[in-house]
Amino acid sequence: MAFNIIVLAKQVPDTRNVGKDAMKADGTVNRAALPAIFNPEDLNALEQALEVKDRFPGTKITILTMGPGRAADILREGLFRGADDGVLLTDRAFAGADTLATSYALSMAIRKIEKFDLIFSGRQAIDGDTAQVGPQVAEKLGIPQITYAESIENIEEKSIRIKRRLDNGVEIVECPLPVLITVNGSARSCRPRNAKLLLKYKHAKTVTERQVQNLDYIDIYDSRPFLNLTEWSVADVEADPVQCGLSGSPTKVKKTENVVFQTKESKHISDSDFEIEELIKELLENHTIG
Amino acid sequence: MNNLFVYLEIEDGIVADVSLELLTKGRSLANQLGCKVEAIAAGINLEKVGEQIFPYGVDVLHVFDDERLAPYTTLPHTSILVKLFKEEQPQICLLGATIIGRDLGPRVSSSLGSGLTADCTSLEIGNHENKKEGKVYENLLYQIRPAFGGNIVANIVNPDHRPQMATVREGVMKKEIFDPFYKGETIKYDVNDYVNDKDLIVKIIDRHIEKSKVNIKNSPIIVSGGYGVGSKENFDLLYKLADLLGAEVGASRAAVDAGFAEHERQIGQTGVTVRPKVYIACGISGQIQHIAGMQESSIIISINNDPSAPINSIADYVITGEVENVIPKMIKYYKKNSK
Repeated sequence: MAFNIIVLAKQVPDTRNVGKDAMKADGTVNRAALPAIFNPEDLNALEQALEVKDRFPGTKITILTMGPGRAADILREGLFRGADDGVLLTDRAFAGADTLATSYALSMAIRKIEKFDLIFSGRQAIDGDTAQVGPQVAEKLGIPQITYAESIENIEEKSIRIKRRLDNGVEIVECPLPVLITVNGSARSCRPRNAKLLLKYKHAKTVTERQVQNLDYIDIYDSRPFLNLTEWSVADVEADPVQCGLSGSPTKVKKTENVVFQTKESKHISDSDFEIEELIKELLENHTIG
Repeated sequence: MNNLFVYLEIEDGIVADVSLELLTKGRSLANQLGCKVEAIAAGINLEKVGEQIFPYGVDVLHVFDDERLAPYTTLPHTSILVKLFKEEQPQICLLGATIIGRDLGPRVSSSLGSGLTADCTSLEIGNHENKKEGKVYENLLYQIRPAFGGNIVANIVNPDHRPQMATVREGVMKKEIFDPFYKGETIKYDVNDYVNDKDLIVKIIDRHIEKSKVNIKNSPIIVSGGYGVGSKENFDLLYKLADLLGAEVGASRAAVDAGFAEHERQIGQTGVTVRPKVYIACGISGQIQHIAGMQESSIIISINNDPSAPINSIADYVITGEVENVIPKMIKYYKKNSK
């Protein structure tokens, strides 16, 4: 028994470690100041796929991502950890996509990949926190979805049993394949890069990367086909351009603002024993604490 | 037609707080728009839903009572909403940004091709001008939410697609009775007209609800730690202070991501929203995503080694110093002076 698995992954700016230079003076985000990383919960999703492959050799994992050319970095990152193939969906026509237009594009790429039993993705991406793309892709493909998954309890040829993490408990659900599963951050962390795979896939590149970089070892891409990362455009996946990008997005950003707090008059206190004792006395006296 | 719909979350016949909060907000938006508020109840034991929700100003309650609809699974609930919305053409649909709402909302929006905005912190009615096409849209739903890890606030509109869909987390909106004697109409549906066998392929094998041990939402005092606390060991100091004050311990997203505290303690836009009497923020810089979840605390005390930390601007008391120095002193002088 072996499975065909697609992992949906996104390259995101690391919004968790936003420094002072992350915002420009005009209140817009300075993307250049933020490192681009593999979306954390997508790594949890990749690990779930890799565990299926551990148990069922012959299982094939394809990582699919949509983004600019540099998003090929996360395809390589996936290969270093055990994925078999990477697909980059990239086209100017995808720019400005909201979750619905993104889901449409991804679903068209998945239709082109054609063979899949399982699709894993992270619960949500840290740049948007919407958790919408997974369920929307499932809907577009007409397959069921299991969200907030924490682990695979059992998998058989035609069905899977999943443990879901709810707000205040757990739920075990069983579902026929194919199914799309979004994986929670509470699931097992992804294994690190494998040194052998790192050597094997170090030079894996998309067509565009090979052209831009003017490599002198270009011959290896003919002799080692696994180094060719797939790159698809709107036309390659036969998507309707009107349903992609900004034009395919029902939601429009009317305005963004830098955040302004309602500032208060604060009382400033040093960390000296005297000042802290005075503060505690004041808080006790006015019954704020105690 | 073209009314405002709220999807109700119901457990054991009781309507969840988040749904009542959405009805409260929905009623005030509907008053501005001059439309009705309608609610959808799908599940079992729904006899007492009407009496719980009509006082919030609900005009129509749509009831889908069928044992196949509880506990919640995605597909049958999606089918109900999609078909009902095709019939009723709502202009707005609100759902809780809960495990159910965030599972159901995107599936419904994808099927209807309508826009959905997750985790809104504010909903307003206003106009929108598309300058390129010279088109003005009146009375759109402004869906306001922090974006980009909470570093900016975005106002999102859905000019051309209906319903305009939004999810809101529990505790973000206020829950308020509109009129205790308000009476609405109840419509009961035959679920077979909305759900087919293919919707029932996902089976729930087991489900145990464990009530959360952490109850930060209702705690009058919260001692909360951020990335600046530095380590899990330093977080123990927060627990000591909290024990003494009868408080709960909260955490920022950065602290949770760093493994200093459990996920259920996370306060902020992607965690819990709290309004305690006292909020003691330790080593929290104050990203908007965190501030959004605690800014209505009555008294805010910030302990930070950075005097220019953004959270200090909304704090009543700012203590400049290292968390591991300040908290032991607070413990010491509390013990000394509280007797």
